[in-house]
Amino acid sequence: MKAGIVGYGAYIPRLRIKSSNIAKVWSADPELEAKMINEKTVPNMDEDCATMAVEAARSAILRAGIDPMKIGAVYIGSESHPYVVKSTSSIIGEAVGATPNMMAADLEFACKAGTSAIQIVNSHVLAGKIEYGLAGGSDTAQGRPGDALEYTAAAGAAMFVVGKKDVVATIDSTLSYVTDTPDFWRREGEEFPRHGGRFTGEPGYFKHILGATEGILSETGTTVKDYDYFVFHQPNAKFPLSAAKMLGIPKEKVLTGLLFPKIGNTYSAASILGLCNVLDTATPGSRILMTSFGSGAGSDSFTMTVTDKIGDRRDMAAPVSQMIERKEYIDYATYARYKEKIKGVL
Amino acid sequence: MPTEKAVAHHWRRFSERYGLIGSRCTSCKHYFYPTSIICPKCRRKGKIEEFKFSGKGNIFSYTTIRIAPEGFEKYTPYVVAIVELEEGAMVVSQVVDCSPDDVSIGMPVESTFRKIREEGKSGLILYGFKFRPLK
Ligand SMILES: [Zn+2]
Repeated sequence: MKAGIVGYGAYIPRLRIKSSNIAKVWSADPELEAKMINEKTVPNMDEDCATMAVEAARSAILRAGIDPMKIGAVYIGSESHPYVVKSTSSIIGEAVGATPNMMAADLEFACKAGTSAIQIVNSHVLAGKIEYGLAGGSDTAQGRPGDALEYTAAAGAAMFVVGKKDVVATIDSTLSYVTDTPDFWRREGEEFPRHGGRFTGEPGYFKHILGATEGILSETGTTVKDYDYFVFHQPNAKFPLSAAKMLGIPKEKVLTGLLFPKIGNTYSAASILGLCNVLDTATPGSRILMTSFGSGAGSDSFTMTVTDKIGDRRDMAAPVSQMIERKEYIDYATYARYKEKIKGVL
Repeated sequence: MPTEKAVAHHWRRFSERYGLIGSRCTSCKHYFYPTSIICPKCRRKGKIEEFKFSGKGNIFSYTTIRIAPEGFEKYTPYVVAIVELEEGAMVVSQVVDCSPDDVSIGMPVESTFRKIREEGKSGLILYGFKFRPLK
């Protein structure tokens, strides 16, 4: 018997900054930058990876309609865990009422840590080790002031209850593609990440996204035509659309899961927030192929099928579209204060 | 530096602060936050049990804080309200995701999980509930 998503939950913070505001501060061309991204989410001063994950997890549990004590595992992927030593997963477990009988760990694999968490919980469920597991990704991404990443590094979370009973989408298969590739990194104690510049696209994003996606299509004996929605990791709007083109996927099948232009790059939450938006709209029987990407580097692919349970469960929590619309703009000065960022200027 | 005693003091309150967990008297249906171990009305006849609040309520009264105590300076100006939970208990909490001008008595709110306070750069991060306008 397959396992799948019993409940899903998204969290997108309310604050936004327009990329034109960031561009003005650094004397960059606002129109040029605005072409890449309109605006991005900003966490409030009292929000972090843990608070956003808890909000998303509570929505996922509401949709699942289960007793949180039945959750036997909590895995959370992030590159912005609030503590270096002291788990985020235990904070989430405590806040949703799943402690103490649960497996738990914090995961890191750049932007694919959230999908790695889902794979682990899915495996525990398939093995019959647990009835339900909670997994996902949450990030408050940081970019060095003035760096290209500053325009896109955003905040968000998506969490999933995985189990076998009453799933809203079955997880039909999952496959990963991983190599040791230094496209992006952050060393212990360093506040901001470094990236290999131009080097990041080809051997990083595209090689792994295509490797995993072509791999899962071949392993499942399916083609692009068999899927209604594709969701890819989205560090910008261009990469997922280019990947789709290379794979022969029509643009329409990618757009529902492409939230980047409205919220920015939410790192560990990026592909799975796109998945939440697809689950908010897809009809029963729809087939979804999602591929994440994490620098370092690797991709996790999933094929899923939406079930007729989706109709009852969808309205139990706020949809992604509502969280995208519920926003308040801040200027760069407020943004710098909120992100406690001024010290990062060299 | 926070003492061991302070860490233990915070720790004991994690679950009630994280989950908005208080208590109720099943004899007279009174609700308490924080937890009360004795019902002031029923006294010895009261039956107290743990209770998890729904997190929905209304603003009973509020004030805008412009000069904040230590650890809260960065949030000014911010709203602190007495929230009347739908079950009946009253809790004092910060109201977020809105400006002081947007807050009014009777306004429906719901709980949200946030950072309450950080004990400096190297200390504990204390999490718990705050309230935000009900969408
Ligand atoms: Zn009583």
